Amino acid sequence: MSTATNTAHTTDLKQLAEEAVARALALGATDAEAVAVESEDFRVNVRLGQVEQLTESGSRALGLRVFFAAGADSPDEAGQRTASTSTSDLSPEGVTRIIESAVELARVTGADPFAGLPERESFGSNDVSALALYFNDVDAILPAERIEMARRCEAAAMAHDTRIQNSSGANFDASSLHRIMVNSRGFTGEYRSSYCGFSVTPIAQDASGAMQRDFWYSSARTAKLLDSPEDVGRIAAQRALRRLGARRVATQQCPVVFAPEIARGLMGNLLAAADGDSIYRNASMFSGKLGEQVAGENITMIDDGTMVFDHTLPSGEALRVGGFGTSPFDGDGLPTRRTVVVERGILKALMLNTYTARKLSMQSTGKASRGLAGAPGIGGGNYFLQPGALSPEQIIGGVSSGLYVLQTMGHGVNLVTGDYSVGVSGLWIENGELAYPVEQITIAGNLKDIFRNVVAIGNDLEFRSSGAVPTLRVEGMTVAGS
Amino acid sequence: MAAAPNLLHSETPDHKRYFLTHLGLTERLLERCLGEALSAGGEFADLYFEAVTSTSLGMDEGIVKTAAQGISVGCGIRVLSSERTGFAYTDDLSAERLLKAARTAALIASGPQTQRVQGFTEAPSPSLYPVTGVTADAEIADKLKLIERANKAARDFDPRITQVRASINDELRRILIAASDGTFASDTQPLARLNVSVIAKDEINTARGTSGGGGRVTLDFFTGSKSPEHFAREAARTAILQLGAIAAPAGEMEVVLGPGWPGVLIHEAVGHGLEADFNRKKTSAFAGLIGQQVASPKVTVVDNGRMPGRRGSLNVDDEGNATQETVLIEDGVLRGYLSDKLSSRLMKMPNTGSGRRESYQSIPMPRMTNTYMLNGEDVPADIIKSVKRGLYAVNFGGGQVDITSGKFVFTASEAYLIEDGVVTAPVKGATLIGNGPEALKYVSMVGNDLALDEGIGTCGKAGQSVPVGVGMPTVKLDRMTVGGTGH
Repeated sequence: MSTATNTAHTTDLKQLAEEAVARALALGATDAEAVAVESEDFRVNVRLGQVEQLTESGSRALGLRVFFAAGADSPDEAGQRTASTSTSDLSPEGVTRIIESAVELARVTGADPFAGLPERESFGSNDVSALALYFNDVDAILPAERIEMARRCEAAAMAHDTRIQNSSGANFDASSLHRIMVNSRGFTGEYRSSYCGFSVTPIAQDASGAMQRDFWYSSARTAKLLDSPEDVGRIAAQRALRRLGARRVATQQCPVVFAPEIARGLMGNLLAAADGDSIYRNASMFSGKLGEQVAGENITMIDDGTMVFDHTLPSGEALRVGGFGTSPFDGDGLPTRRTVVVERGILKALMLNTYTARKLSMQSTGKASRGLAGAPGIGGGNYFLQPGALSPEQIIGGVSSGLYVLQTMGHGVNLVTGDYSVGVSGLWIENGELAYPVEQITIAGNLKDIFRNVVAIGNDLEFRSSGAVPTLRVEGMTVAGS
Repeated sequence: MAAAPNLLHSETPDHKRYFLTHLGLTERLLERCLGEALSAGGEFADLYFEAVTSTSLGMDEGIVKTAAQGISVGCGIRVLSSERTGFAYTDDLSAERLLKAARTAALIASGPQTQRVQGFTEAPSPSLYPVTGVTADAEIADKLKLIERANKAARDFDPRITQVRASINDELRRILIAASDGTFASDTQPLARLNVSVIAKDEINTARGTSGGGGRVTLDFFTGSKSPEHFAREAARTAILQLGAIAAPAGEMEVVLGPGWPGVLIHEAVGHGLEADFNRKKTSAFAGLIGQQVASPKVTVVDNGRMPGRRGSLNVDDEGNATQETVLIEDGVLRGYLSDKLSSRLMKMPNTGSGRRESYQSIPMPRMTNTYMLNGEDVPADIIKSVKRGLYAVNFGGGQVDITSGKFVFTASEAYLIEDGVVTAPVKGATLIGNGPEALKYVSMVGNDLALDEGIGTCGKAGQSVPVGVGMPTVKLDRMTVGGTGH
């Protein structure tokens, strides 16, 4: 991997994006927008102490969106026609091809009165350097050190207990991304971001021969914030071991406690149901519910694409680092922002990009997500549930008989109706204590009820990824088992 | 180096011509790259060139809102050194960049060169699907007609259908594989899929319905029984049905799975657990069970990459090997695993032509193609009649498996209660959960109505998605846990 950035190379990329926009306009487009990305990726997988796979590469690609205002030639049709193209072939012929095919494709689409780039005055970017998304120390870690971290992490997991004799391996990943966005209404934005992390998946086996695996990880934008490989390995081992001897339980209704890793997904559904695209289609259980009570009064959920965290390193050095979901501008070129989506159970704001905001006669909340191809979708930044006062131990301690969920399986979530049914494994709680592991059971309910029946919220809010939700206790769900 | 046969001759298929003429790759360059890849002592190296053009057209709220095209071109270079894999890829196919990627991948080994590049030999490959050119303008007009018809049919089905989205996605993938063991293969793989998604609304409830299908087919596929109207009505019917669905039952009960897409059970319960890499590493719940009874004697499961036009079919896998029909479970006994070059070499087992990858940016691994359970002798109506109280599930969303513990789930999207041998009320979606090495032991009846899915499956493994097919006849499981909320 190149450790120094080739500036000539990246200037070309921005120029390429600007030229693509200009050439689309020259071919008659009324508006155009280009996204260019360049990434460097490294991944190593170590298993049973040996390097198993090592991947090292870089890639570049360009995406283009064009708009043609209708109406001039056919007065019945107001609005814009739009099409998008993308390519990893950045040769002059490759770039010409996607410009021409975007223009061609746009002719077959229909005029949509809500389509089009945002208004000129709405564009903007937060201060890129203040967001602290890129750290060059990630590139500077030598491959040998990366391999060594994965190796140490797996070794620590395997050494933890004699019941761990096998492993699905440990990974170390490092990547950096350079993203550029340019449009014909004067917006130009760009930023770099870095990422590194490692994880391990040990396999525990008991005397009966039954196997269980689990994993743990550490990830960060800078190597300075990575946990010790030994700590991560030990936690992964403990997580796999505590699943050994899992049994099933009888079908029943009981309190369900969600560990933070799982609560994050459960409450993430609050934001998914507030997605402007589903809302305007009446395809969400929250359609028409803006301003209404959609969850208990203890629920406040925030999406914030601007979060920057203050850390103090063991050396005493202070370090500011942008969140995993932080970016200076959204997929429409609007500045990202903090949005209180649910406040004390009331749906206060929606997750909107420019298109869905227009459909709902509202203002964008800066939640456009854009890959290379296609129109922007909806995607948040960082999100979190306001924490409560109880420790996880207090929450578990308050349950006389119930389920502590550590893993969910499947995709049994219907955001149209709120119906929720997933496979789970975890630990059974007896008299406030974690008693024994359980598996091959399901939990089910309706999200509309679940959001109202959160009876305890933990104080253990930790941003291990872009979303963070503390330990939760939910009443009234059905556990299906034997 | 042995003299290689001339790779370009008058009958050269389109895909080979594309790489060797259009992209300017020469046989000499391929050999140089492989030589460079083996320069640090690797035992095996291969080059995977890929060029994909994908097109997507979507109609939404009666307007053609989406038209998109994507082009992806690149090469992945892999070097094997015992159990180690070095890998690098490039989207720039210049000689300089290819050789650089080869040198990067080579570093997985550390020593003097020990292997030489063998002369290329090309095995004849079948033609399981039509070879089409890149989508022409005329085809775009035809595709627009298809989604317009789907849109109309869904809206005409019932006034309660309030939202309709219809889309058609297709891609053309050209690949060329050259390996140091002399493997030389190329293919052009079309893939098309029509999708319809609707929302139905009455005074009380809102529900969604989706349907779709396709395969490695041309647009002609949609002119027969698999018409846009067929998929549109199916999506609309499901949504209307769901408006009146009651809570699914909770707990262990008899479950009857309908034919076709419910075969996702086979994919999750046994398919993934039988991929050779997991068994070589002994991380699968099926490790060491070859020759053992893992299912009822009524159960025979195969993986078949050679079904004409099917979504999971391939003339050659992504390592250049011919695909085949592989018996995984025969009369309930575990017979074999799905393997690729690395696994078959390390496990000293036959290569089943199952090496697949998502793109040139990914490392191949053993994957399924079209996986299904063979017919039994029971009449489907008799299977329903035999159930006192249970669930009849005919359509599913996705599934997931933990291959180590063997636990798997799959989520029903269309299901009914069976009461005293009669199919009664439709129920809401619910997740079913089971244990792979055990679940199929409870298969007590197998119908004679084997069907494959409509051509919508995408399988994910280690972050890589590939198109697959699944299927089965009507099947009764005496015990399975249903994750509803009712009684």
